[in-house]
Amino acid sequence: MTNNILEMRDITKTFPGVKALQNVNLQVERGEVHAICGENGAGKSTLMKVLSGVYPHGTYEGDIVYEGETVEFKDIRDSEHAGIVIIHQELALSPHLSIAENIFLGNEQAKRGFINWDKTNLEAAKLLARVGLKDNPITKISHIGVGKQQLVEIAKALSKEVKLLILDEPTAALNDEDSAHLLDLIRHLKGQGITSIIISHKLNEIKAIADKVTIIRDGKTIETLDLQKDDISEERIIKGMVGRDLENRYPDRTPKIGEEIFRVEDWSVRDPRDTSRLVIDNAHLSVRAGEVVGIAGLMGAGRTELAMSIFGRSYGSHITGRVYMHGKEVRTHTVSQAIEAGIAYATEDRKHYGLNLIEDIKRNISTAGLKKLAKRGWVDGNQEYVVADQYRKSMNIKAPSVGAITGKLSGGNQQKVVLSKWMYSDPEVLILDEPTRGIDVGAKYEIYSIINKLAGEGKAVIVISSELPELLGICDRIYALAEGRITGELPISEATPESLMQYMTKERD
Amino acid sequence: MATDTTSSRPADLGNRVPNPERTPGGIRGALGFLTSQLRQIGIFIALLVIVVLFQILTDGRLLTPGNVSNIIVQNSYILILAIGMVMIIIAGHIDLSVGSVAAFVGAVTGVIAVDNGLPWWLAIAVGLVVGALAGAWQGFWVAFVGIPAFIVTLAGMLIFRGLTQITLGNTQITPFPTEYRQLGGGFLFPNVFPAATSPYEWITVGLGVLAAVMLVASQVRGRIARAKLNLEGEPFAWFVTKLAFSVALILLITYLLASSRGTPIVLIVLAVLVVVYTAVMNRSVFGRHIYAIGGNLNAAKLSGIKTRWVDFWLFVNMGTLAALAGIVFTGRLNSAGPGAGNLFELDAIAASFIGGAAVQGGIGTVTGAITGGLIMGVLNNGMSLLGVSTDYQQFIKGIVLLLAVAFDVFNKRRAAGATK
Repeated sequence: MTNNILEMRDITKTFPGVKALQNVNLQVERGEVHAICGENGAGKSTLMKVLSGVYPHGTYEGDIVYEGETVEFKDIRDSEHAGIVIIHQELALSPHLSIAENIFLGNEQAKRGFINWDKTNLEAAKLLARVGLKDNPITKISHIGVGKQQLVEIAKALSKEVKLLILDEPTAALNDEDSAHLLDLIRHLKGQGITSIIISHKLNEIKAIADKVTIIRDGKTIETLDLQKDDISEERIIKGMVGRDLENRYPDRTPKIGEEIFRVEDWSVRDPRDTSRLVIDNAHLSVRAGEVVGIAGLMGAGRTELAMSIFGRSYGSHITGRVYMHGKEVRTHTVSQAIEAGIAYATEDRKHYGLNLIEDIKRNISTAGLKKLAKRGWVDGNQEYVVADQYRKSMNIKAPSVGAITGKLSGGNQQKVVLSKWMYSDPEVLILDEPTRGIDVGAKYEIYSIINKLAGEGKAVIVISSELPELLGICDRIYALAEGRITGELPISEATPESLMQYMTKERD
Repeated sequence: MATDTTSSRPADLGNRVPNPERTPGGIRGALGFLTSQLRQIGIFIALLVIVVLFQILTDGRLLTPGNVSNIIVQNSYILILAIGMVMIIIAGHIDLSVGSVAAFVGAVTGVIAVDNGLPWWLAIAVGLVVGALAGAWQGFWVAFVGIPAFIVTLAGMLIFRGLTQITLGNTQITPFPTEYRQLGGGFLFPNVFPAATSPYEWITVGLGVLAAVMLVASQVRGRIARAKLNLEGEPFAWFVTKLAFSVALILLITYLLASSRGTPIVLIVLAVLVVVYTAVMNRSVFGRHIYAIGGNLNAAKLSGIKTRWVDFWLFVNMGTLAALAGIVFTGRLNSAGPGAGNLFELDAIAASFIGGAAVQGGIGTVTGAITGGLIMGVLNNGMSLLGVSTDYQQFIKGIVLLLAVAFDVFNKRRAAGATK
């Protein structure tokens, strides 16, 4: 007789045009810690959203059996009522409220509409004790670190009488000490009969804490491994995560690699919100003319932070290190200096950091290189139109004219506008952060072709991607990044998903 | 060609082909084009409707020569403020202090020109510098310290009102030199022909015709330049209609002014400001940066735009325009008082929003703000002619502001709904 607290049977979830989940099965036994593993975008978070009612019953196919009964959650309140609590990667705490207020947010300890503060703080203190937090419940959330905030989230879950706790990348933003504490707590809760599902990239953590691990790849369940019974190695888990065929989804290119253009030395960056945390730790990297270099790293490894800190210090504090162009040190303290030095950075977050969505295509394309269109501060609008129209054609931006508003374009076309903008700024080094995120397969191929063309023109291209096959398909050399350190550097001939994943999950010694 | 752009041109793009999709033919194309233009010119149509409405309601008293002259002079300082204000709003900020800055500058010029009897031009020059410094002060706190403009300028509203009262010691300064007063209430050569007798007052007619000719010339030149590069998307008929309408409007106003007291000096100042600032917003790097910052601050920063300096200079600019408005207002009243410029900021803000500026920033035009200001001015004037009391006027202006912005929000939501 099984003793499963949860069974998800044949879950299929489709988004317009994409099958995010396909007949996924998950069985979680009462009182265990169950890990879910998979590459970014494999469907882990989608599965958890189905479970917690973020995607309500009716928007997916398949059954959820919880505590022996088929359940149909309408929303997240519904699932929380049943004792399923999900803690997201981005914490959902209100920074200006106290710990106690946050714990009872939406569940206020009130009588006839008036909050009983003594009870609120007393109950909060009890919950804090259970998660091993000694802070005063009236402390503001913004005054405690991320690690403690995570514990407050768990205390909040406990206040809702949680039976099944779901943790999405709980240690991604934590330092080693806080991570260890959190894992201890999960073990401790297990002793109190609370079942946990933990989504994590950190395989050593999974090995340390989980009883079983279910591997998801491309929206399908691959296998469930029992870590207690069999001696499962990290390599075994990696094989399950990446084991797919690389189809011919990448255009051919014969690399013509020249002199070194770009080099970064001793690059260290601290988290601006928590300056005790090193986000980038003594990184070195270099790129040659005509070379496409990949940066592989899991969520939270510091990929974007590395790129943005190099690009005019637009991220981070206490930055130290040197940037060289053609062997000469250059000053890149502001974005305009970085652009002047010949560096371009196309963001992973087009909508928030890349485009002015209420403006048209031509004005977006000209933003970074506007100087070239201007004489004594006055812009030649006709020339701007001509330039933008050339990019519209060469980049195959699908829009009736360059006067079209960028906010109305598809993701792929928006990405082409972002790339056009940076190409027009005449860079020698292009750092492309997740250049194919959120765009369809056909547009991806076009983006790869553009990358090839840029390399063919002798530019140095750095591609940051969470999709290993993509990096393997287009790069000449790949750096692996883990916890802010470059843990490996592989020429494409030696790089395999397995070897990269090993470096990407390499822990600090 | 102004600059060399060939180096960055994608290689396979030598020859240009016409874009047939930009000029769809047939009635459907024409209708589609008109609809797309309607949003741009909607605000002008609203102004026209209001003018016609009051012209009828007042039995033709609205568009008499004397009254048109009045509308322009009465609203000139709000229109000057609206130009600076819409720029601030496009960048995503607000300025609540302009009324107080205007009053303070009026007081300072009074001390210089009246109390100390120094030359009028020195008073005006110092006044403008004081305004710029006031703007720099606020720009510093907004741009470099990072305090929201709402707070900084709310404080500025109190600070400069306080400074005004300290300067004036709760009395008024009056009378101002005649030259100083010209900017607010003066007309070009009113004595060449006696007022309100000849409809052909030569200097006004000359200026009006000159303005019309310059408008036509610049429009035609722009169209030829675009045609050469093969990027003209505007149907010829529409171009002619628009131009003919604008010319007719200029000549009508010229006729009305010429039959009254002539050209108000402040109208010339305003015309220059509108032309210059429209160009700045559309064609200068600075103007582009303002739109970029308002549209997406993060993207602007990551595109190498020095957003702090742009913010700073915006406030310096606003301070200078507020000073100019203060000088015009003081000249018109012939006195600098402690309560001068009260609530000017709200009129300027309302003008910007009625003129289509977006609350979130990134959208707005100088001509829109001017039109918005004129809508308010015509409403004021028209209701006064009808004998509507000021309490009702306030009420109606409030409703108009609310409806104008609601209409804009509704329009945007519909546009968004249609595409997604």
